[in-house]
Amino acid sequence: MGLKEKLHGIKEDFKGKKMAPAFNALHTFLYTPDETTHSGGHVRAVDDLKRTMNTVIMALIPVLIWGIFNTGYQHYSAVDAAQGVIREASLFGNFFTWDNFIMGAWTVLPLVIISYAVGLGVEFIFAVIKGHEVEEGYLVTGMLVPLIVPVDIPLWMLAVAVIFGVVIGKEVFGGTGMNILNPALTIRAFLFFAYPTWMSGDKVWVHGAKAAEGGADAISGETILGAYAQNSSVVYDFSDKFFGFIPGSIGETSTFLIILGGLFLMFTKIASWRIILSAIVGAAVMGLIFNGVVDQGWIGEGNTFYGLMSTPFWEHLVIGGIAFGIVYMATDPVSGSQTNTGKYWYGFLIGFFSIMIRVFNPAFPEGVFLAILLMNVFAPTIDHYVVQANVKKRMKRLKLKTA
Amino acid sequence: MALLSKKDRGLLLDPLADNNPITIQVLGICSALAITAQLKASIVMGLSVVFVLAMGNVVISLMRNIIPSKIRIIVQLVVVAALVIIVDQVLKAFAYELSKTLSVFVGLIITNCIIMGRFEAFALGNKPWRSFLDGIGNAAGYALILIIVGFFRELLGSGTLLGFKVLGDPITKTGLYAIGYENNGFMLLSPMALIVVGIIIWIQRSRNSALIEEN
Repeated sequence: MGLKEKLHGIKEDFKGKKMAPAFNALHTFLYTPDETTHSGGHVRAVDDLKRTMNTVIMALIPVLIWGIFNTGYQHYSAVDAAQGVIREASLFGNFFTWDNFIMGAWTVLPLVIISYAVGLGVEFIFAVIKGHEVEEGYLVTGMLVPLIVPVDIPLWMLAVAVIFGVVIGKEVFGGTGMNILNPALTIRAFLFFAYPTWMSGDKVWVHGAKAAEGGADAISGETILGAYAQNSSVVYDFSDKFFGFIPGSIGETSTFLIILGGLFLMFTKIASWRIILSAIVGAAVMGLIFNGVVDQGWIGEGNTFYGLMSTPFWEHLVIGGIAFGIVYMATDPVSGSQTNTGKYWYGFLIGFFSIMIRVFNPAFPEGVFLAILLMNVFAPTIDHYVVQANVKKRMKRLKLKTA
Repeated sequence: MALLSKKDRGLLLDPLADNNPITIQVLGICSALAITAQLKASIVMGLSVVFVLAMGNVVISLMRNIIPSKIRIIVQLVVVAALVIIVDQVLKAFAYELSKTLSVFVGLIITNCIIMGRFEAFALGNKPWRSFLDGIGNAAGYALILIIVGFFRELLGSGTLLGFKVLGDPITKTGLYAIGYENNGFMLLSPMALIVVGIIIWIQRSRNSALIEEN
């Protein structure tokens, strides 16, 4: 008797019992259940929730692998830099090395494991208490969470934040598919406001920097946004920024891989191209406005905002987490706008606000997570007005017809 | 308790749980969010409201037959304002530091919906003794939630309770801080008070499903 039959047997044994959802979840995770729809006519499609989630995870794998190598790379290059050696990034020379991989995997994989163990644990508990099936909702969140935090975040903080995010961000609203806010971003927002010293500054982005703080072998690594916000220049050239040889949250550094993931998601129709496109346009518009202000000479070089305002608008899209946010977070179908017209507005405003928060608020070095959370809240409002506009249009047409 | 009849006991005890002004009637939320970052401030705020509401209820109840109904709101405001000024002056005289922490929120007890709500709903139609009990009960229900919220916010946000470092010293790294624990800064921000109140409401309603509103 194979594993599959055994699981079916266990499922039958536990039917109607309290722990049934937990076993069913394991079962569905490994195999497609033998259940079929019982009645009525249905739209037939293969893309169920599980497949949707797995597609997003597939799009995230390259970013995760890059994040692992980059964690090691940033650590060793920061150690070199502390001794006065400036590294020139080369993909196979000093990036894809065993040292980098081991260092990175040792730091990043515990974050992934904690994120999944705690998050799925909460989902299991809620499913058992409420007596519904465990939903696949946490699969993507659990992968996103480790990718949007700094490498050295203590594991217990991550665990606390995941519990908070899953319970307050999702379960209180009724679980998967009912949440107003993106749970992964809720978790990040919680970490950001609860433990700001671990979420920003120039010590958290490189593994080991916080531990070595103040010592003889102190290292640091500032994100590019952090450097620009202080009007200082950065040593990275454009290809470093585009391909991701830069410090930052684990998953967001490589814009190149994020673009590939985004194309994959758009091609498989998981992510809405409308949101992605309009978010890029929104960010570019805000960036152009700021560039225009600088070009007009309205603010001088001494101005606090000069560094970020004078950053060319296309560079804004490459640095920081905005690309990651737009591709993987803003396109969350649950918390985003549902109507097509609404999606354009929703995406545009995300891009627009991201750059605005990034430039104007020195306390929030990266604004994209706040912008997406803000627009999550407004998404139903946008949808409401889109639907009302349509109703009004059709009423008018009806009146013309009957008049 | 032979001291109080069953009805009177209900007046006193119902608002503590099943008819709590904050979690059930959702009144007085603003001050619950604003001043609960520290347990001490929550306790003092709770006591102030107990005093103002109990005294105010008695005064309004005594005057209930002579207040013209057209100007009753003005009369109520005058009564509350007088009582609040007494509380404010007492705090300034005997607990100056604390009154600076509470700052404008003592004055804003005037606008606390619970107070006007009890005047309107209860004191205008009941005798002084029952109004007094009702005032104590409702204000105690309010104070109870404030204290629960203040307890968690101060404990998790600052690692202290009433100013005592119960979790150890974050600077010299003793107690819990020695093993890497850190204070949760989010707890000190008002949104977290809202979330804590929300969690209390959630727990209360899932324990007693009769409290869940139909909609």
